[in-house]
Amino acid sequence: MTGLQIVLTALAAVIAIWLIVLIALGRDPGDWLYGALGLLEVGLLVQLVIGLVRLGGDHAGVNLPAYVGYLVGSLLILPAAFAWSVGERSRAGTGVLLVAVVVIPVLFLRLHQLWA
Amino acid sequence: MSGQRSPTRSGFGRVLVFVYGIFALSATARAIVQLSRQASDAPVAYSLSLFSGIVYIVATWALATDRRRIALVTICVELIGVLVVGTLSHPDDLDKASVWSDYGNGYGFVPLVLPFVGLWWLWWIGRGQSGDRAHQPAD
Repeated sequence: MTGLQIVLTALAAVIAIWLIVLIALGRDPGDWLYGALGLLEVGLLVQLVIGLVRLGGDHAGVNLPAYVGYLVGSLLILPAAFAWSVGERSRAGTGVLLVAVVVIPVLFLRLHQLWA
Repeated sequence: MSGQRSPTRSGFGRVLVFVYGIFALSATARAIVQLSRQASDAPVAYSLSLFSGIVYIVATWALATDRRRIALVTICVELIGVLVVGTLSHPDDLDKASVWSDYGNGYGFVPLVLPFVGLWWLWWIGRGQSGDRAHQPAD
């Protein structure tokens, strides 16, 4: 994985633990948590740019549509989760955010496999 | 609240719909990538891939909008799909695979677990409600 992906995975892990605590306490996410999710999304945007720039170099044997698909698709997860979770302010609504945050590192693994 | 029928998207259903949404996106995107690259390479496998994506899309929509019968049918199709494709598929055929191949091994076996969870959820949220409705003037 790239350095950025490792940093973003660590951020996602911190947010995941944060969300688990919120779910356990039955509390709703606050501004700080949404800020952290926003930061993660910015990181994914940076990854998209870096990923596309990488394609300028040697990329023989890379499944291009899948690679770009994962780069772009990763940007959709968090906004979709946010929109869907605010529809129900409950533990389950917070659980939606948890699923989204767990999915992000899985996408990194896929991107890593696709590039290798 | 006790007399009200809770929709399938409420509570745990909210998480379930999101997971279904992720699979709708990934299965459909995968099929489109496969079909765009080499549609003639493995038409049956790629069509199956697209079919699985459509099944997930309909299941997601049905669960999100409380259409229980459609949800039940699509989840049953999904269950049969993952069991049949999982049994028939060759694990080596990575390039020709759908999300159901090898029982969803490429997706952490979530495609195998998901229909069971979906059926359980439909049963759980529907339990007792047909009986309750007899005492309710309107739904």
